[in-house]
Amino acid sequence: MSIKSKSIQDKSKDERLRKVSNLKVLLNRPELGALGGSILVFIFFGIVAGDTGMFSAYGTINFLEVSANLGIIAVAAALLMIGGEFDLSVGSMIGFAGICIAIPAIYWGWPLWSSILFAFSMAVLVGYANGILVVRTGLPSFIVTLAMLFILRGATLALTRLITGRTQVPGLRVLIENDPIAWIFSADAFKGVFTWLGSLGLISLRQDGTPLATGVPASVLWWIGMTIFATWLLMKTRYGNWIFASGGDKLGARNVGVPVGRVKISLFIGTAVAATIYACVQVLDAGSADTMRGFLKELEAIVAAVVGGCLLTGGYGSAIGAAFGALIFGTVSMGIYYTDVDTDWFKVFLGGMMLIAVIFNNFIRRRVTENK
Amino acid sequence: MENLIEFNNISKFFGSVIALKDVTMHVKKGQIMCLLGDNGAGKSTLIKTLSGVHKPNEGEIIVEGKKTVFDSPRDALDMGIATVYQDLALVSLMSVTRNFFMGREPMKGFGPFKTFDVKKANSIASERMGQIGIDIRDPSQAVGTMSGGERQCLAISRAIYFGAKVLILDEPTSALGVHQASVVLKYIVKAASLGLGVILITHNVHHAYPVGNSFTILNRGKSMGTFDKKDLSREKLLSMMAGGEELDKLEVELKEIDRASKN
Repeated sequence: MSIKSKSIQDKSKDERLRKVSNLKVLLNRPELGALGGSILVFIFFGIVAGDTGMFSAYGTINFLEVSANLGIIAVAAALLMIGGEFDLSVGSMIGFAGICIAIPAIYWGWPLWSSILFAFSMAVLVGYANGILVVRTGLPSFIVTLAMLFILRGATLALTRLITGRTQVPGLRVLIENDPIAWIFSADAFKGVFTWLGSLGLISLRQDGTPLATGVPASVLWWIGMTIFATWLLMKTRYGNWIFASGGDKLGARNVGVPVGRVKISLFIGTAVAATIYACVQVLDAGSADTMRGFLKELEAIVAAVVGGCLLTGGYGSAIGAAFGALIFGTVSMGIYYTDVDTDWFKVFLGGMMLIAVIFNNFIRRRVTENK
Repeated sequence: MENLIEFNNISKFFGSVIALKDVTMHVKKGQIMCLLGDNGAGKSTLIKTLSGVHKPNEGEIIVEGKKTVFDSPRDALDMGIATVYQDLALVSLMSVTRNFFMGREPMKGFGPFKTFDVKKANSIASERMGQIGIDIRDPSQAVGTMSGGERQCLAISRAIYFGAKVLILDEPTSALGVHQASVVLKYIVKAASLGLGVILITHNVHHAYPVGNSFTILNRGKSMGTFDKKDLSREKLLSMMAGGEELDKLEVELKEIDRASKN
């Protein structure tokens, strides 16, 4: 017995294949909301604050830097969320990583590069601990990482006070020069271009003739680099497919041989490492570590990921979306200073934006899974 | 013809509960063996024993003439025994292609730059689905947009593509409408005609009878025997499977009620 099989070689003859416009393909992408939101935000500030200097080189660098800092952790948080889990300990990890850099460098006399490496190895440990606890116990990651949030913040505070007698560790700035790896997190890029633009009078200068905006901050490059890397990972690698599968249907994925546990643990390590990159950038920029650094950053990262199209239930989302989510966040948080609006309203906007994003995402998900 | 897989006197106990007792069955190449039974007959336990989840307490499993012990589902899979469970192991938010190759993605490139060959995966997925008469409109569409029957066929097609010799299908038609069920059944027949052995687990005689070559009926953990199609009428099968006596009894009782209400 044989079954007549319809040829699909010639797809154009398939009467069920409607011509789908590019717009419609775009409408089904998870990052659409964040992309549209970014455009709206820029139009809004272009009108309201176009002549205030917000979009000068200096102003642009300012809001990009805020976006970039958040973007670094938001991209990692998005990957984890697509993998079906949360990490609420990201903010505390930032503070913890900060003192892991500062205390060995200042109090124990380690070279700066070795204390940076030490901070990253602690991040791997913390991420692994989060991951193994979630995978082994089967408890919701919300609870496990909430516990880690308190443990890390408490340990950061207690250890810092125990060793230094206070809650801040200053004095790192002198160590940055001549350090073989510190520049990766602190150097401005394209300085020559900015100086040249300044000499042409295209961007504003200081009194001494150097440009006000000295270059592109390292954090912006990290943000862009991590977004590209995460997107490549998600769309083009086997591991990316495993992330979607682990978050979409844990049991199904396991049944066909996806190492769900390993994928999730590595994603938890990813968020902790991203938090440490954030900490490096901040600590080296400010020249000091503070036990309260990164406070509430875990929630901001989740907002950026959700605005960027990640579903809270996992299995769907994008790294580019999270990067745009961070851009919206950074642009509004800095842009609001250029308007007449009282900055107290920023959080109202943040909450409102998140609500709209979640409703919108829900709609998108229905479109993706139910359009027959 | 040689048996692809044989089960001889398989028993499985859970503590004091006898889930299976002395079940014997076999599947030949290109044949569809239907395993029928009411709820609680031991179908699920038997599937799990077939697919390596449970180890039998007694009896032997013989795959292509060799006595075998499955230590894990992976072992069974490596021997070419693929099980398509009711949940299908499909992720509805992921595309057809990504589902088809989930866990076994085709790669291109070298070393750390190995990437998921999406183009190749797309073309294989649509070709495979095309062969069974399901023209997926776009291999990057989400599985959530497919009908239940199409999903079932996708799961079966995936198992065949990855080298299944024996297909174990757990209630593939139970959640489907008449038309969808017939699509899936046609595909199962086609799979058998490719030379696979198929074990079709169902409680629906009307789905099993047209496609099956032989029928094993389970009742309360015991096999009531394996019958070739030529020795068995649909009515006989139906009455054996559902516990014909019970239905007869029901009919008598209904008549009693009917009479009582008339008086």
